[in-house]
Amino acid sequence: MTLFLVSSVIKIVVVFTVVMVSVALLTLAERRICAWIQDRLGPNRVGPEGLLQPAADGLKNLLKEETLPAQADRLLFVLAPALAFIPALMTIAVVPFGAPLPTPWGTVPLVVADLPVGFLYILAISSLGVYGIVLAGWASNNKYSLLGGLRASAQMISYEIALGMSTVAVLLLAGNVTLSEVVARQQQSVFTWNVFPLGLAYFIFTVAAFAETNRLPFDLPEAEGELIAGYHTEYSAMKFSMFYIAEYANMVTASALMATLFFGGWDIPFTHWDDTPPWTVWKSLATVVMFSCKVGCFLFLYIWVRWTLPRFRYDQLMALGWQVLLPFAIGYLALLASAIWVLHDQLGWSYDSRFALVLCALNLVLAIPLFFVLDRGRLIGGAVPEPGGGA
Amino acid sequence: MAIGVKTVKRPVTETSYLRATLRGMFLTFRHLFRPKVTMQYPEEKSSTDWTISARWRGTHRMLTDEQGRAKCVACGLCPQICPANCIKLVPGEDEQGNRYPLIYEIDEFRCIFCGYCQEVCPEEAIHVGVHYENSEYARDRFVYDLERLCAQTHPVSTLWDPSDPKGE
Repeated sequence: MTLFLVSSVIKIVVVFTVVMVSVALLTLAERRICAWIQDRLGPNRVGPEGLLQPAADGLKNLLKEETLPAQADRLLFVLAPALAFIPALMTIAVVPFGAPLPTPWGTVPLVVADLPVGFLYILAISSLGVYGIVLAGWASNNKYSLLGGLRASAQMISYEIALGMSTVAVLLLAGNVTLSEVVARQQQSVFTWNVFPLGLAYFIFTVAAFAETNRLPFDLPEAEGELIAGYHTEYSAMKFSMFYIAEYANMVTASALMATLFFGGWDIPFTHWDDTPPWTVWKSLATVVMFSCKVGCFLFLYIWVRWTLPRFRYDQLMALGWQVLLPFAIGYLALLASAIWVLHDQLGWSYDSRFALVLCALNLVLAIPLFFVLDRGRLIGGAVPEPGGGA
Repeated sequence: MAIGVKTVKRPVTETSYLRATLRGMFLTFRHLFRPKVTMQYPEEKSSTDWTISARWRGTHRMLTDEQGRAKCVACGLCPQICPANCIKLVPGEDEQGNRYPLIYEIDEFRCIFCGYCQEVCPEEAIHVGVHYENSEYARDRFVYDLERLCAQTHPVSTLWDPSDPKGE
């Protein structure tokens, strides 16, 4: 009990610190990578290679004037940044980030809270993030902020469903909602990483996660061309910074989830050294590094996509969510459930590489119609006019 | 659509989202490793493919003769031609009857850097300079007097020559 309490507190502090530091570094990484993509250098003046730039930004934000619009709803206006910020950090609590760490007092699992309902917890908490944004838009008493907030809520609700559907596929395969069990199931070989048997679920999850974190090409809540800065138009100084931190913390969480659900969590590929006892400190360390690398790759993907793709129009966004991703996710789920039923219950296969590769083949077959539909311009082919009406 | 959204009917065979996206991502990825065009300003002021133009018209400089006196003969052409009316000239005359400027001041805030003063000067005394670093701590420091104009050392601008338009 004492071990649990002490280790939990230590883990909370460490995870919180690591997430906040990585958020700070991410803001820098974003600016530098975007600069490189545009053949520029980016901020490189404060500290070696600009590494202290986040500190300078933070200091600036602390010293700036806090503005409070006269007509704003004071309580909600102040509360909203915190409401955006807290769920972003809470989700990371259930993500296992390394092999169990042996200590002289007992083995400590490297996850802040190994909830038996980890999965449902994620779905519940990640939907809460939208409250901060909607309330910020509402409390600002500014039409652009309100529009941004409305867009955020519509978008989040639309994509939350697709996100949930794609993760249900993981549950079907794992037969468990505990994230550490999901990771354990993927460790048999590199082909049992869920990205192989559930490639399309990963694709849907990625698209939906981009929408959930309000990143380009889905950053309509803050579309600067139409809405100035969307929901945080009226915010300044540290309150504005909180939204920024929340966005990046959400990115870290979403990347950690991608790694955990689809890329084997902290599993080191091509070896079983890391996932079998006896646990050692080195194993823990190596797996934590591996997990960080995976998360880093997805964070890079986030930044890379942001500086490549233009923003969707609002109706395109809705069409993609409701007309493509959602029906496809449901159909995919039905097909996948049947396939798992046939393989597992009828043929009696246990879950191994063979099982995964068969499902992988199914994914490849299904990918063809999905990518054909997505590619052939149904997504970007202009708004659909009403018969006889329209522009 | 409730509001008028212009619908562009694109032929299905000509449109692509995923392939175009992948191509775009490949392109941006390649750009990560391209040489950067940024010039690190205070350290680098020119690069192999960019230097400040010889015809740059910056803050003024008064050229001096061998004795270190300003070449200006206070003829009054530059305040006359100046479209921004930023040159203040009070002429004086010495014992030999040579005219010289008693007061010669240029308000660099009023100046529009057209370069007419340099063009009109018969003695090639006043010049606009190839120079752009002009920060000061007070506004009144931007009225350059004769002493200051003579003390400037930066290169002077080469005026455009209509018979040699490309400067060759």
